Amino acid sequence: MGTFAMDWHRPLVLVAVLTVCTAGSAQAPHYNLGKTPTEEEIRAWDISISPEGKELPPGNGTATEGAKLYVQKACVACHGPDGRGALAPRLVGPLVENVYTTEEVMATYSPFATTLWDYINRAMPLKGAGTLKPEEVYALTAFLLYKNGIIQEGDVMNAQTLPKVKMPNRDGFVPLDVSSWKPGRPRPFKIAPDPASPKK
Amino acid sequence: MKPNAHGRRQFLREGVALAGLAVGGVRSASGQVAKAAPEMQLGDLDAYGQRSKFVTSARILGGHMEPFDLTMHLLTPLQDSVGIITPSSLHYVAAHKGFYVPDINPEQHRLMIHGMVDRPLLFSMADLKRFPFVSRIHYLECNGNKPRPRHKTVQEAMGRTSCSEWTGVPLSLLLKEAGVHNGAKWIVAEGVEENKGAMSIPLAKAMDDCLIAYGQNGEPVRPQQGFPLRLLVPGFEGLYNVKWLRRIKVVDELYMTYNEFERYTADNMEAMDPTSVYRNKNYSLLEVEQGPKSVITCPSGGQQLSGRGHYEITGLAWSGGGAVQKVEVSTDGGQNWKLAEIRSAVHRKAHTRFAMDWNWNEEEAVLMSRCTDELHQVQPTLAEFAKFWNQTTEYIFTHRRPIHDNFILPWKVDRNGNVRNGLA
Repeated sequence: MGTFAMDWHRPLVLVAVLTVCTAGSAQAPHYNLGKTPTEEEIRAWDISISPEGKELPPGNGTATEGAKLYVQKACVACHGPDGRGALAPRLVGPLVENVYTTEEVMATYSPFATTLWDYINRAMPLKGAGTLKPEEVYALTAFLLYKNGIIQEGDVMNAQTLPKVKMPNRDGFVPLDVSSWKPGRPRPFKIAPDPASPKK
Repeated sequence: MKPNAHGRRQFLREGVALAGLAVGGVRSASGQVAKAAPEMQLGDLDAYGQRSKFVTSARILGGHMEPFDLTMHLLTPLQDSVGIITPSSLHYVAAHKGFYVPDINPEQHRLMIHGMVDRPLLFSMADLKRFPFVSRIHYLECNGNKPRPRHKTVQEAMGRTSCSEWTGVPLSLLLKEAGVHNGAKWIVAEGVEENKGAMSIPLAKAMDDCLIAYGQNGEPVRPQQGFPLRLLVPGFEGLYNVKWLRRIKVVDELYMTYNEFERYTADNMEAMDPTSVYRNKNYSLLEVEQGPKSVITCPSGGQQLSGRGHYEITGLAWSGGGAVQKVEVSTDGGQNWKLAEIRSAVHRKAHTRFAMDWNWNEEEAVLMSRCTDELHQVQPTLAEFAKFWNQTTEYIFTHRRPIHDNFILPWKVDRNGNVRNGLA
């Protein structure tokens, strides 16, 4: 190894080279393990729905169709007539005054309508998750939104209309500024004051 | 001892068996190599060792049975714990909305990474085990771990936390393999169980210390802990540590999954108060990253001191902020504090065992422990906690808030040596 010449621009060159290497290795795969999933494999698992509904599939549904499905698919058995709740949580009810004393209703408490579609699609009915067709999920979502007074009975829910539904608790959502959160820092609040030094 | 009537092969096999029994090389008086007892066939109970029949420490059900008989909460018997590792069989179990534990064949299990990446990837378990791995000790805690006056024991009050050695692949390594796009801010992690538990996690956390874990305490992750694969998000609320992990999608926003819709929302009561801390968006992650916490596990509620003299006051301390820096113990309800000794290795975001000598003179005492973490965050008393939330202690006890209740749980010792919940 030779000694570094005391050339003023030498360190800059080194920095530039290192930066390029780092950026390159961060982007290129190093281990080349696993395989590339097919578009179909991705689509089949891509079930978390963003607030804008980017992942929503084609299909349409209305509350009228949903009312029939609510009985046909036996939702009524656990959630009760008109979604008033039974063994399973209440599906129809006002925006609760205090979520920590009264069980909230997803349709009135969630700031986004997509959360309802997402949960019905992924988890319902009990022991039959994944069996509902997209149009059935749209219809059941429309039914719950209608019964909670959020949309009209004839409103068609689909990938375009559902994300645009203005939910009653939309303004209760505190926008998260995730860019201000970094690991390894104290939480931005202090519950306990600094204690006096303990005696040994 | 039987004479050696067999050939060299038999001799070698028995030699190996002897070595395995750690008595290899024993010779009989005649100078011949001693022969082992006939090869032992291990029964199922011996093959996977059992504890003594005199040890009966067990998990208990937390709260009420779920109407559909789904798994909800099983609580770790902290009163019986020693050291910092929770036996996998006694690890707490929690499920936000309940589910049936899936029975997954690891050969068929896959992990997909996709979304805002250059290369979507699909890994088998065998693929994942070819990556560089790391083993780290971390605690997990459900935010439902809320001591209340009705709780009789430390298990009831604090049993929703456990600590294991987890082995797996750093999530950051897999995300770099996939090539994360600029502008990505979150990941959504999702399981394969009935309701496919999903959580949004800041990308900065995913790139920090998250693990894709397949090992727990020297063996595969247990089914109730996510076999064959779980996400570990050290220091974050338990719910974020997605079990039966099958998918990670890199995205640019919070997805507001069904596990999240009751978070990040100012509840109406607090919305009426414009000064509510929930109104400050910088606090929005406060129920996610857990604060410093500790509890005395012995002496603890339901136990009895057997007369005056020396006792060890011992317990566990942990923090989502990193390593435990110090633990202080008070025997007079918080008027005087002394530094406890740390009696275990100190790992970041892990249970840490502390203890302090105590000479009990058969006087009433109130035992408390207070954790300070490496970020100088201090565990609050109940009064400090309630003051911060601008609420009465009664309100704290009766309201189901998703935040991390990290206030101190005191134990009261009466003159007879009975130990009771000091919140009651």
